Amino acid sequence: MEIGLSHYLIISALLFSLGLYGVISRKHAVMVLMGLELILNAANINFVAFARFGGMNMDGQVAAVFVIILAAAEAAVALAILLNIYQHFKHVNLDEVDQMKE
Amino acid sequence: MDLTTLAFYFFAALTLGFGAVVVMSRNILHAAFSLLFTFFGIAGLYVLLFADFLAITQIMIYIGGILILIIFGVMLTTHITGVDVKSGRTGSIQLGGAVLVTLALAATLIIIATGTAWNESPAPEVTSTAELIGTSLLTRYLLAFEAASMLLLIAIVGAAFIARKKN
Repeated sequence: MEIGLSHYLIISALLFSLGLYGVISRKHAVMVLMGLELILNAANINFVAFARFGGMNMDGQVAAVFVIILAAAEAAVALAILLNIYQHFKHVNLDEVDQMKE
Repeated sequence: MDLTTLAFYFFAALTLGFGAVVVMSRNILHAAFSLLFTFFGIAGLYVLLFADFLAITQIMIYIGGILILIIFGVMLTTHITGVDVKSGRTGSIQLGGAVLVTLALAATLIIIATGTAWNESPAPEVTSTAELIGTSLLTRYLLAFEAASMLLLIAIVGAAFIARKKN
């Protein structure tokens, strides 16, 4: 069977679902971040697949480049916040980080 | 079954298999290292989709940058030798709910992906995408490109400011 657009969309859908499962089932903040990365990558596969099967349109690939840029910025800021949370609470359990003041 | 099909199934299995390890693993370091293979599999899928520039970008930025950041995050926020390297799941009721929601979403997405008649058009022969992406970044997407550079600058300064030691 020829590998078509729907094959890539199914991969992307499964990867998105795995990422979402990671985000909502984990308490450790870094695990939630990893789930987010999976979700962003799933979206990127969709962008590139639509670009490829929509007549090799470059717009999809440029959108994927911007998603990668945003993911890098997000990871840096999120980990900086995590380090702060860890210094303050001595753990990064998201269930117990529920106060914004000292 | 030709080589491209075989490569597709190999990279798909790599991506999804290690992706499953990422979210299921009890040990957060195992999850972080499985993420490496997931990103590699996705880079392979990009190559199969004629996106050579994106595949290299994926390896350089995701594996060389974001993954290293995440591993730093793991190392700096958990006691590796202690017990809380375990990544911690929520209770079983919430876990059942998460599985239900996720399975329903996956089924819906797959039904939509396979059931829709997508408007496909044949791809012209492209040898390298780097030049095309570069041209569109500096012409059509120039404003977004400059905004992204500002965002990265602000993110660097902000992250360094937030993460610094307070005394």
